[in-house]
Amino acid sequence: MTQPGAVTAPQPHVAHQSHHEELGFWRQYVFSVDHKVIGIQYAITGLLFLLFGFSLMMLMRWQLAYPGAALPLVGNLFGEARMPGGTMLPEFYNELGAMHGTIMVFLGVVPLAVGGFGNFVVPLQIGAPDMAFPRLNMASYWFFFLGGVTMLASFFVPGGAAQSGWTSYTPLSVLAGTGQTMWLIGMLFLITSSLLGAVNFITTIIQLRVRGLTFMRFPFFVWTQLVTSFLLLLAFPPLQAAAIMQMMDRVAGTSFFMPSGLVVSGQVLTAAGGGNPLLWQHLFWFLAHPEVYVLILPAMGIVAEVIANNTRKPLWGYRSMVYSLMFLGFMSFLVWAHHMFMTGMGTAMAAFFQTTTMIISIPSVVILTALLISLWGGSIRFNTPMLFALGFLPMFGIGGLTGLPLGFNVSDIPLHDTYYVIGHFHYVVAPGTIFALFAGVYYWYPKATGRKMNETLGKIHFFGSLVCMNVIFMPMFLMGLAGVSRRLFDGGETYAFAQPVLHLNVVSSWGAWILAIFQIPFIFNFFWSIWKGEKTDENPWQATTLEWAAPSPPPHGNFLEPPQAYRGPYEYSVPGAARDYTPQHEA
Amino acid sequence: MEIPYTFEVRRDTGLTNGKIGLWLFLASEVMLFGALFASYILIRTGAPNWPRGDTILNVPLATFNTIVLISSSVTMVMAWASLVRGSFATFRIYMGATILLGFVFLVVKYFEYSHKFHDGLYPSTNNFLAIYFTLTGLHMLHVAGGMALNAWFWGPGAKLWKTNPVWFTNRVEHSGLFWHFVDLVWIFLFPTLYLL
Repeated sequence: MTQPGAVTAPQPHVAHQSHHEELGFWRQYVFSVDHKVIGIQYAITGLLFLLFGFSLMMLMRWQLAYPGAALPLVGNLFGEARMPGGTMLPEFYNELGAMHGTIMVFLGVVPLAVGGFGNFVVPLQIGAPDMAFPRLNMASYWFFFLGGVTMLASFFVPGGAAQSGWTSYTPLSVLAGTGQTMWLIGMLFLITSSLLGAVNFITTIIQLRVRGLTFMRFPFFVWTQLVTSFLLLLAFPPLQAAAIMQMMDRVAGTSFFMPSGLVVSGQVLTAAGGGNPLLWQHLFWFLAHPEVYVLILPAMGIVAEVIANNTRKPLWGYRSMVYSLMFLGFMSFLVWAHHMFMTGMGTAMAAFFQTTTMIISIPSVVILTALLISLWGGSIRFNTPMLFALGFLPMFGIGGLTGLPLGFNVSDIPLHDTYYVIGHFHYVVAPGTIFALFAGVYYWYPKATGRKMNETLGKIHFFGSLVCMNVIFMPMFLMGLAGVSRRLFDGGETYAFAQPVLHLNVVSSWGAWILAIFQIPFIFNFFWSIWKGEKTDENPWQATTLEWAAPSPPPHGNFLEPPQAYRGPYEYSVPGAARDYTPQHEA
Repeated sequence: MEIPYTFEVRRDTGLTNGKIGLWLFLASEVMLFGALFASYILIRTGAPNWPRGDTILNVPLATFNTIVLISSSVTMVMAWASLVRGSFATFRIYMGATILLGFVFLVVKYFEYSHKFHDGLYPSTNNFLAIYFTLTGLHMLHVAGGMALNAWFWGPGAKLWKTNPVWFTNRVEHSGLFWHFVDLVWIFLFPTLYLL
């Protein structure tokens, strides 16, 4: 546990001035301990990984839409070992699939939602000068960075990157090539990073909130980050344990996950045996189910902020949202095996886990309903962040509701290995979480830069993305219901039952490629607005929460003088008040 | 820039940042070792036969090591208590003893490991040894980590005592909490692996 000035902090002598340090370029922008710089580092790295993970998927979509056809233009860039003559080999498809999942979840969405927005916004929203452990914060980013580099480097080892799915199911993954070892090393870095981050977030939120900011005066976003941090703190270590055991299986030849008498390609393996392949799945999903909530809760937090701000009304049911959130966090540790109904783990287990799964849907619905009712009677401002937040509601709704049949053992079994699952999960995360993250980028951009992003480009980005997302994922439900397996590298071409719905693959794929085109306005807007965006004051959205009391961009140390909280987070349109918003820091 | 509550206690929580942070870290450590213990139970209950620990492992050596680690926890508390009483010289002695005892533990462990390897017993031999080497190996990493932390406070980190004794005492206490946790893990490991 090290803090800045650990060695040289003479008690009375620490002058409280914001920029007494004259930091060089490296300390200020690269190895910075300022939570805002680290947040932006996380966010930009996360956005780049999202783009990279999306690119992997666009390659796969070619193979699914036109199986066996040579990929035009770029097909020859991938070498004879992966795409001879521009035609994708199954091994390369598996590589892309495993790494798409890994990158999107662990290197894209979570770093952006928690590392990026959490780091940048949470200390500001609680009125703190920085995170509780600034140097730990920096270490957290650099562990994440190392993890990312390891994952990217794994594409270049013999045999390529991991190919056993983002879930790395055993024993397949134990028998896989070097890329899988790299995957495990990368995960160890990422787990370390999220552990340091989680400790830091919880401590910061509990300790560094300013005077008057009681827990029930927290902006909902702070609550979501608090619960998310507990999930990261407690759910990741079992995956770490599992990764250590898988590493032992691969490197030291143990048999934690290797059953006795396993036959591969007609030969009995020589491993000692006696291991349990299902153990991996239990440990993996013990992390990965809470991880789903790590993906979705910060998104809900962002949407809540944006909705309260743009309806000019308090959130409807703030308290019930907070209690639902806590219950959600707790229950997320008790539902993991609904991912494993297909494994034959027994009916008693299945009954337990389908019951808890149905229970956990209740608080999610409470939060979504409260957000929906919050719109009622508001004079809504349809700016870009609000459009993305509004887009989130029905998209997450579709994702959530289509999840219910997957929570029941009976209906899960026919659906589980089909495209239906892909559709369900992506509705939650792509037009759900990622839309909320876009809302967050547009909403907090003025705080980070002092300028707004362009609204016209933002609207093109939103409407284009909204249409394309649905064009991509809606057909997957139809294909899934028709029984098309989600693991076929030819998209079901050789599968008789899939013939009537095969053309939907083409629809999905074109949706994905056009979606890429609609990201160009965003990328352009993101950089152009740094220099050319409309200049704003410190509170361009007339918002109430504390981050808007700091200058834009806030200096190192954030607030010119420490703020104090006098009221709840969303006092909009208070009867009798002169303006339609009453900031938290105003007495 | 100064982070509040780095060494002074926040009144409504009654804690410093470091202490909360450390307890949270220990919670995650519980989950880490908890998952490994759970895996041990699952693999053992699924095994047709399972050796008793004392038929393979050296119980007297491990008993000795248990005593070593418990003693080191005592000296750790004494080191912290010396600082509370303002006696830096005694702190150095007790902290030195704590590090030394950790070192003794690792040396004994080294002999145990090399004896197993000499007998041709490797992690790949069977799942009992796999879990034994994994759990004790991970524990040894923690012991080494705790020793590094203590050595820092014994050596270069002790400069803080001169400028901010309260903060230094707190940090030694946190280091001690971690050390006790490492000790506690061994107290679970010893019966689980050697006696059951």
